[in-house]
This record gives sequence, structure tokens and C-alpha cells, in this order.
Amino acid sequence: MAVKNKENKLIVSVSPHVRDGESVGRIMWSVNLALLPAFIMAVYYFGPRAVYVTGLSILAAVLTEHFFQKGIGRPSTIHDGSAVLTGLLLGLNLPASVPFYIPIAGSFFVITIVKMLFGGLGYNVFNPALMGRAFLLITWPKAMTIWYEPTAKFVGMDATTTATPLGVLKEEGLPKLIQMFGDKSDMYLGMLSGNTAGSLGETSALALLVGALFLMARRYITWHIPVSFLGTVALFAWVFGGEGFFNGDPLIHVLSGGLFLGAFFMATDYVTCPTVRKGQIIFGIGCGAITMLIRLWGGFPEGVMFAVLLMNCFAPLIDRSVKPELFGAVKEQKQ
Amino acid sequence: MDMELLKRLFELVVSSALINNFVFTMFLGLCIFFGVSRKMETAVGMSITFTAVMVVSAALSWVVFEYIMKPYGLEFLQIIIFIGVVAAFVQSADTIMKKVSPSLYYKLGVYLALITTNCIILAVPLINAREGYSFLESIAFGLGSGLGFGLAMIIMASIREKLEMADVPVPFRGLPISFVLAGLIALAFTGFSGLIRL
Repeated sequence: MAVKNKENKLIVSVSPHVRDGESVGRIMWSVNLALLPAFIMAVYYFGPRAVYVTGLSILAAVLTEHFFQKGIGRPSTIHDGSAVLTGLLLGLNLPASVPFYIPIAGSFFVITIVKMLFGGLGYNVFNPALMGRAFLLITWPKAMTIWYEPTAKFVGMDATTTATPLGVLKEEGLPKLIQMFGDKSDMYLGMLSGNTAGSLGETSALALLVGALFLMARRYITWHIPVSFLGTVALFAWVFGGEGFFNGDPLIHVLSGGLFLGAFFMATDYVTCPTVRKGQIIFGIGCGAITMLIRLWGGFPEGVMFAVLLMNCFAPLIDRSVKPELFGAVKEQKQ
Repeated sequence: MDMELLKRLFELVVSSALINNFVFTMFLGLCIFFGVSRKMETAVGMSITFTAVMVVSAALSWVVFEYIMKPYGLEFLQIIIFIGVVAAFVQSADTIMKKVSPSLYYKLGVYLALITTNCIILAVPLINAREGYSFLESIAFGLGSGLGFGLAMIIMASIREKLEMADVPVPFRGLPISFVLAGLIALAFTGFSGLIRL
């Protein structure tokens, strides 16, 4: 983003400092575009409610950002697409069943408290969409955990509720989960295509992967965080996920829940992850480890959200500890 | 030492440091938490001093509780006696450190005076007494609480140093945004809930 510098002063700002032809707006709109396949799958499986929930969430985010910035006398930045992205991600992170005040309340909370109070885009400490989901989950735990069975029919409201794959895995175990889908390959297929219960945009691993590959091809995200994140989850699932050690099924844990959405679209948020590559790998490993800690032994069936948020807390610390030493710098002498 | 006890002690340390973190789940010790977490250097110094004092005072209070208060039926004086024990220990540590190791005193002495009146320092012996923890369990609980407080402060300091450059709206600069930040970190820490049930 070109910064107007009329007084020719030295600008002190947080990293990253590299400039080129890219702009914040172009990247943000590209990420929005990359989420389109997942959104289409959400509409396909969950019907018009997917459109209402996501639409309301986006609308509330954009309006809140606009009026907040007008209110404190700053130029409105809604055209850069970051508010739309936050709204879209939050919407895709909600179950299809939520009452309509939930996406609105979530977007309002996220844009004011998590983003604008900290200084707006580029300064937020936490990933806004995930913080919004955490806030909603703690505030309305019942409404946030009613999951509709994917119907793939545009029939409106008469949906049946069910449990998410991870919920079944946690409460009733693997045999019951496989039985739900028929057999094992059907289960993997269901998770890849998105034909399972879950938040709107998280169920279809394949659609998310298409979007992620698009972002990687344009070099908007790098492999470091997603690969270390997914790898750690797979490793933990293999070692601890089954009866005894080294007996678990890594694929179930990698394909289910919000892992793809979290690893590719939210852990890689430029603002809230470490900027040094080595730090990003540590960040990914931490996300994966906390995710599996919560999934296997914690109080919640799904841990991606909390894992990313917790690692967001540690991101500045990681950046400090892996900071490369300045060339030619002399260590401070002790007195 | 058998495995059962080791496991129990480990669980106590982890649960008091992460799952029932004093700052993020019970909102205790906030005055020091906000006062000292502005700079990383002071946060680290405070964390070290705090954890050391916490472990020793948990052990001392346990001895006083088991061998003096219980036999004489003085449990109802818990609060006063524990404050006295902690204050006496911190004051003597302060004086001894000044004589024996002035350089260490120069580094950590400032924090000692603050610690005496901290509520976590009082909460730990009180909880130890209420739960009837053994000597080793009390020390583990003190250690975990100290580490958890240190972790909270170091996270907070690292984020606040970054926030120094953020374009925070004027009414929220400084302390207000730190409170908002602490609330959001606490929200993230709810993810740990239910990991270990004691």
C-alpha cells in the first residue's frame, strides 16, 4: 500500500516492510476469490441458509467498519476487501443452523473490538474471524453447536440435525463414525467433498484445497505454516489417535473439522502470524500440537480455532526469539 | 517416588499454569500484571522473582499451616497468618539479598517489594490449605501458578511492545487497550479448559 508521506518524516511501522506492485486490496480480494469454491460447496450442501448467514455476516462487518471509521474521523477502508474477508470467513465458520442475530453480533464484535480498537488492519493481534467464532461459541454455546445434516437439496428449513464427525469421534468412537458413512472410503470421500455436518465452509476439504493452491500459485501464502500445521496434526493423530501408540488414523483428523480452513486461510493471516520463515514453521507446529491436544484430551471436539488463537498470542514472542542477528552487531557488554 | 505421584504433580503444574491460569481464568494479580508487562525486560525479571517467591512461600505456608495452625485450631486466622508469613519471608529475602548479592538485588529487588501485596501470592497458600494438598503438591501448585503468571506476563509484554506502534484510537491507548487484550487472550485460553480434570 502506498503511504502518502507529505511531511517527509521517517515512518515507523510494524513489519512487513517490503513493497512492490501488490496492494492490500488486491491480496484481500484474491483471498475472497479463493474462498469462493468453499462457499459454493456450502450453498450446495446447506442450501439458502448458507447464503443468508454468510451474507449477513459480510454485510454487518462492512457496515460496522464503515461507520466505526466515520465515527472516529478516519477514512473508510471498506474498499480494500479486508472487512468483506473477515465477514466471509466468520460466516463460513458458523453452522448453517444459527439464528440470524449470531452472524451480525459476531461481525460487530470482531470489527469493533478485535480489529478497530487495536488500530485497524495490520495491527490486530488475533485473527478476527476466529476470535469472533470463539466469542460466539462461549456466548451462545447451544446455538453454535446445532449442526444440520447436509442435504444437497434446496428445500429450505426442514433440515435434520446431527453431530459433526469430530463430535461423533469424541463421544462415540471410530466404529460409530465409520458406520455413519457406510464404510471407510465413503467416509474419506464425504470429508473431501464436504458431505458431512460442520460449519458452512469447513466441510469440503477439496474446495478449500483448490482455493489454497490458487493462493499459493500467486504466492500470497507460502507452504510453511499449512504444511507444518497439517504435518503435526497427522503425526499426532498417528501416534496418539488410536488404541495404543502408532496406531491412529491420520487422515480422519487431517480431513475433518476446520483444519483445512484454519491451516490455509486463517493461520496464514499475515498480520497475526510470525514474519520470519523459521518462526512460521514453529507457529505451524504449535498450532498442530494444540489442535490435537484439544481434540484428543480437551473439553471441545474441535481445537483448530483455539489453537490458532493461542498461537496468535505467541506470534510476537516467536518473532522475537527467531529474529536473525544483525550482521556485524556487537553483543551488549555487561556492566 | 512412584509414577502416580509424579503424574499427579505434573498435572498440578500444567493445570495451574495453563488451564486454571490465575490471570486469564481467575483474574487475580492484575495490578502487577498490567503494571510490569509494559516492557519485556521487567516482565522477565518479575516472572523469575515471582516464581521463586511463590514456590518458597507455598512451602513455608504449608509448614506453618500443618504444624502450627492445625494443632492449635487456628485455621480461621489463615488470611492474616499467611500474609504475615509471606511478608516476613519476602522482607528477609530482600535484606539478605542486599547484603549477600548486591548485583542480584539491583536486578530483582524492585520486584520483591511489589510481590508482598500480590493477591496470587496469598491465593496459593489459601487454595493449598482448602484443598488439603500435601507438601509436594503445594510446591507443585506454587510452581505452576508462578510459571503461569510468568507466561501470562511475557506474552502480554511481547504483544504490548508490538502495540506501542499500533494506531490505537486515542481514548484506548495504554491501559484500556491492555485490558481489552487481556480479555481476548483469556478467551483464547478457554480452549485449554477440560484438558485435565483434577
